[in-house]
Amino acid sequence: MFVRERELPRGRGLARKAAVALAGLWVALALAGCSGPHPQSTFRPVSHYASTLNALFANTFWWTMLVLAVVWGVLLIVIIRFRERPGAEPPRHVHGNTTMEILWTIGPALIVAFIAVPTVRTIFQTQSAAPRDALVVEVIGHQWWWEFRYPQYGGIATANEVHLIQGRPVDFVMHSADVVHSFWLPRLGGKRDVNPQPETVGNTAKRVNHIVLTPDSIGVYPGQCAEYCGTEHAVMRVRGVVQTAADFNAWLQAYNTPPAPPAGSVAAQGKQVFETHMCLACHTIQGTSARGVIGPNLTLVGGRQTIGAGALPTSEASFQRWITHPQGVKPGVLMPGIQEGAAGMPPTGLTGAQVQQIAAYLGSLRIPAGQPGANPVAGGTPAAATMAPPAPAVPGAGLPAAATSHDSMKSPTTSGKP
Amino acid sequence: MATAEAEIQAGYHPHGRTGLWDWITTVDHKKIGLLYGATSIIFLLLGGLEALTIRTQLIRPDNHFITAEAYNQFFTMHGLTMVFLMGMPIAVALFNYIVPLQIGARDVAFPRLNALSYWIFLCGGLFLYSSFVIGAAPNGGWFGYANLSERPFSPGPNMDFYSLGLQILGIASIMGGVNFVTTIIQLRAPGMRLMRMPLFTWMAFVTSFLLITALPVLAVALFFLTFDRFWGTNFYMPAAGGDPILWQHLFWMFGHPEVYILILPAFGIVSEVIPTFSRKPLFGYAVMVYSGSLIGLIGWGVWAHHMFATGLGPIADAFFTISTMIIAIPTGVKIFNWLATMWGGQLKFTTAMLFSVGMIAAFTLGGISGVMHATSPHDLQQTDTYFVVAHFHYVLVGGTIMGVFSGSYYWFPKITGKLMNETLGKWHFWLWFVGMNLTFFPMHFVGLLGMPRRTYTYSAELNVGALNALETVGSYIMGVAAILYIWNLVRSYRKGEPAGHNPWNASSLEWATTSPPPEYNFGRVPTVRNREPLWLEGKEQVIADAQAAPGYIHMPPPSYWPILTAIGIATTFALFMTHVWWAPLIGLAATALCVMNFAFESTT
Repeated sequence: MFVRERELPRGRGLARKAAVALAGLWVALALAGCSGPHPQSTFRPVSHYASTLNALFANTFWWTMLVLAVVWGVLLIVIIRFRERPGAEPPRHVHGNTTMEILWTIGPALIVAFIAVPTVRTIFQTQSAAPRDALVVEVIGHQWWWEFRYPQYGGIATANEVHLIQGRPVDFVMHSADVVHSFWLPRLGGKRDVNPQPETVGNTAKRVNHIVLTPDSIGVYPGQCAEYCGTEHAVMRVRGVVQTAADFNAWLQAYNTPPAPPAGSVAAQGKQVFETHMCLACHTIQGTSARGVIGPNLTLVGGRQTIGAGALPTSEASFQRWITHPQGVKPGVLMPGIQEGAAGMPPTGLTGAQVQQIAAYLGSLRIPAGQPGANPVAGGTPAAATMAPPAPAVPGAGLPAAATSHDSMKSPTTSGKP
Repeated sequence: MATAEAEIQAGYHPHGRTGLWDWITTVDHKKIGLLYGATSIIFLLLGGLEALTIRTQLIRPDNHFITAEAYNQFFTMHGLTMVFLMGMPIAVALFNYIVPLQIGARDVAFPRLNALSYWIFLCGGLFLYSSFVIGAAPNGGWFGYANLSERPFSPGPNMDFYSLGLQILGIASIMGGVNFVTTIIQLRAPGMRLMRMPLFTWMAFVTSFLLITALPVLAVALFFLTFDRFWGTNFYMPAAGGDPILWQHLFWMFGHPEVYILILPAFGIVSEVIPTFSRKPLFGYAVMVYSGSLIGLIGWGVWAHHMFATGLGPIADAFFTISTMIIAIPTGVKIFNWLATMWGGQLKFTTAMLFSVGMIAAFTLGGISGVMHATSPHDLQQTDTYFVVAHFHYVLVGGTIMGVFSGSYYWFPKITGKLMNETLGKWHFWLWFVGMNLTFFPMHFVGLLGMPRRTYTYSAELNVGALNALETVGSYIMGVAAILYIWNLVRSYRKGEPAGHNPWNASSLEWATTSPPPEYNFGRVPTVRNREPLWLEGKEQVIADAQAAPGYIHMPPPSYWPILTAIGIATTFALFMTHVWWAPLIGLAATALCVMNFAFESTT
C-alpha cells in the first residue's frame, strides 16, 4: 500500500492526513484524560471491588479494541485501495462467500464468549452477601442529600459524608425516602440505584440494594448521585471518608459527646437561636433539643468538607450565605431562607445577627484541632487527600495476591493497621 | 413521459387542489414523505439548539448560563425531540417516499391512514412544544423515571405534556407501522419476491414490526402514568404499594426495540448507498436480511441492560449481559458484509458515500462501547455517566443521523430531479464528522472520570473542565455543519443540476421511474426478474415500463378527514390538562365524528 502511495491522487493523501490528525487528537485526549488529579476517576480504584471491575473492563476493552482495529483497519485499506480509477474495468459482481461469512460470524462469537465468561463470573462474585463483621451503613437518598445511619453504633445518623474504616468490609444497605437515586463513589466501586421502598408491605419485604466493598486506602473520596432525581440532581454530592479504626472511633465518640460552645460565646448564642427557632423542626444536633428528621443531621457539621451536599465548602461565611438565601446557592433546595419559604415551609425570619450566630455555632460543631480524629484522614490533610491519591497508611496495605476476588471475603486484618 | 392529457386521464388532482390546500389534504405517499421530512428537519434544528444550549452551560465548571430548572427542561426536550420528533419521523419520511418506489407500488396500502399518521405526529410535536410557551416543558429526562414523574414530585404540567404528548406520538407510529407492514406484504410488483427486496425496504419492514410491537408497551406505561397523575391510581407510587421499577421495565421494553427502530433504517440506507457507489451488489444479501431481522428479534430480549444498576439480582444481570453481547454478533456481521461489499469495488466518494463510510466508522465505535456496557459489573461504573452519553451519540449521531444524511444526499435527486451540491456536501460531511468526534469522543473519558449525565453543572474539583470545553467547541462545529446542510438543501432545490432518472447508476426500482416520479409512480408496474433490476438483464424493459405513458390509473382522492381526525385525537389528550374529568370526552366525541366521516368517505 505504501508503495503505491506516490500514485495516489491528491484527495487520497488529504483523507489520510485527516485520519492521522484525528487519531493524533484522540491519543492526545486519552493522555489528557488520564493526567492530573481526578477525584472521581474510575481508573484509580481504592477498593478491591473497584479493582475487580477495572480488571474485568480491561479484558473487554482489549478484545473490543481488537475488533475496532480490524474494522477500522480494513475500512482504511478499502478506502485507499479500492477508490475509483479512471478507465478501470467494472468490478466483478460477487454476491457473497459462505466461508468468509461463517468466519466473521464465528470470530465475533468467540470474542463475545471471551468477554461473557469472565463477566458472568464477576456478576456473581460481586453480588454475594456481605460478611458478618461488615460495617453496616444504611444509605437513605433524599432530594437532594444523603443520609447515613450506623445501626451497629446506636443508629447514629450523619449526612453527605460517610465515614468508613480502612480494611473493614462495609455493607451499604440502601433505600430512598422519595424518588430513585443512585449511590456512587467512583473510586470505591460501582453505583447502585437507591430505590424508594414499598411502605405497605412491612419490614419482611423491605426492598433494599446493597453495595459491599472494603476500602483499601485512607482518604476522602468524592462521589455523587448518578440517577436523575429532580432539580438539584447535579448538587447531590457525597464524600466517602475512609479512616483508620482509631480515627473512626474518635469520630464516633465526638459524635456521641459533641463539643458544647463555651458559655457566652457567639456560638453559644447561635446554639440558643438554633434551638428556639424553626431550625429544630427539620434538623438534629446530637446533645441538644434539636431533633428534626426531615433535613440532614447536623451533628459535627462543622467538620464536614462541604455543606448543602457539596454546594459550598464549609466555612462560617458559607453557613451564613446558605442560611440567608439557600435558593441563591442551590435553587430548588427544600430549605427556607430568611425571607423565602420552601417546600411548604414559611421563611425563617432570622435577623442578620442571628444568622451570624448560627453560622458560628455550626462552624464550631467539629472535633477541636489537635484532638484525635480532628483530621479525619490520618494519611494527610483532607484537601490533599481529595485532590491526590492518598498514600497507603501502611506499606503493604494493598490486597494480598491470594485473596479471593470478592471483597467481602477479605478479612479486615489483611489490610494492616496504622 | 406523461403528458398533461395523460395526467388528466390518470386522474390525479381530480378536485383540482393546489398549494397549501393540496398539502393539507394530500394522501400521496411522496408528499406525505416530504411533509415528514421537512417537519423532522425543523425538529432536528430545534433539538440541535437545545443541545447547543446544554453544551454552552457545560462549557466550564460551576457555570450559570441557564438555571438548573431550564437545563433540566432543555436536556429532556433534547432527548424527546431527537428520538420522537426527529429520529423516528425522519426514517418514516424516507420509508414513505422510497419504499413504495422500491417495491413497485403506486402508493402505500392505506393512503389516508398515512396522512392521518403524519397529522397526528405533527399535532403531537406541536403539543409537546407548546409546553415551552408556558415555560413548563417536560423536565424528567426522556425516560421519565417514575416516581419522580408522579404528581407529588412533579406537580406542574411539565410531565403532563410528557405523558400525553408521547401518547399522541405513539398512535402515529403504530399506524405508520401497520401501514408499512401491509404495504410491503401486499403491494410488491410482480416478481418482487421478499428476497428480492432492496435492503432498505427490508429494514423498513423489520422496523415497522418493531413499531407495531414496541409502541403499545410504551402506550401502556404512559396510560398508567397518566392515570396516576390525573386520577390518583398508584401504579408507580411506592407509598401505595405501586412500583417505580415497573415503569423502568415497561419503558425499556419499549425503549430498547426503539433503539433498533432508530438504527435499522440507517442500516438499510447504508446497504443501498455502499453497493451503488462501489458498483458491486451487496455482499451476502441473505445474511444481511437475516441479521437485520435477528437484531429486531433479539432486540426484544435485552431491555434490562439499561437497568443493571437497578438491582435486579445476579441471575437477571447475567441473562441480560449474555443476550446483549449476542446481539453484537449479527451487528458485526453487517459491518463485515459492508466492508466486503466495498472490497474489490470501484469506490466513488460522493457525499452520500462519505456519510455511509463515516457511518460505518462511527457506528462501529458506538457498538464497541455498547459491548463495554454489556460488561455489566463495570457498567455500574459507566451507566448514567457521560460514557453512556458518548456511546449512544455515536450510535444515534454517528449511526442514525449520518445514515439519514447519506440517504438524503442519495435520494434528493430522485425526490427533486436535481443533484445536491457536492462541494457544500463535502464541507458538510467533514465539519460534521470532525465536530461529532470532538463533541462525543471526549465524553468517554469525562464519564469514566466521574461526571454523571443530566447534571446542570459540575464541580471544578472534578477536573473535567477542559474536556467539556472541547466538547462544546465540537458541538458548535456540528451546528455550522447543520446550517450548511440546510443551505445545501434549499440551494440545490432551487438551482441544482438536473439529475435524470438514475444519476448514480443504482440498481433498485425507484431509479427506473422519472425524477421526481409522477403521482402514480410507474406508468406500467414493471415486472421484476432479479435483485438488481437496473443492473441485470431486462433493465431496458423495466425502465420502459416505469416511464411508460399511463393508461387509466385510479389514485385515491385527497381528503381533509385525516387532519381533522388528528386534531380531534390530539385535542382529546390535550383536554386532560384542564383537570376536568369530562373534558377529554368532548375531544373524544369530535374524534368519533371525524372517524365516522373518515370511514364513510368515498374514495373513488
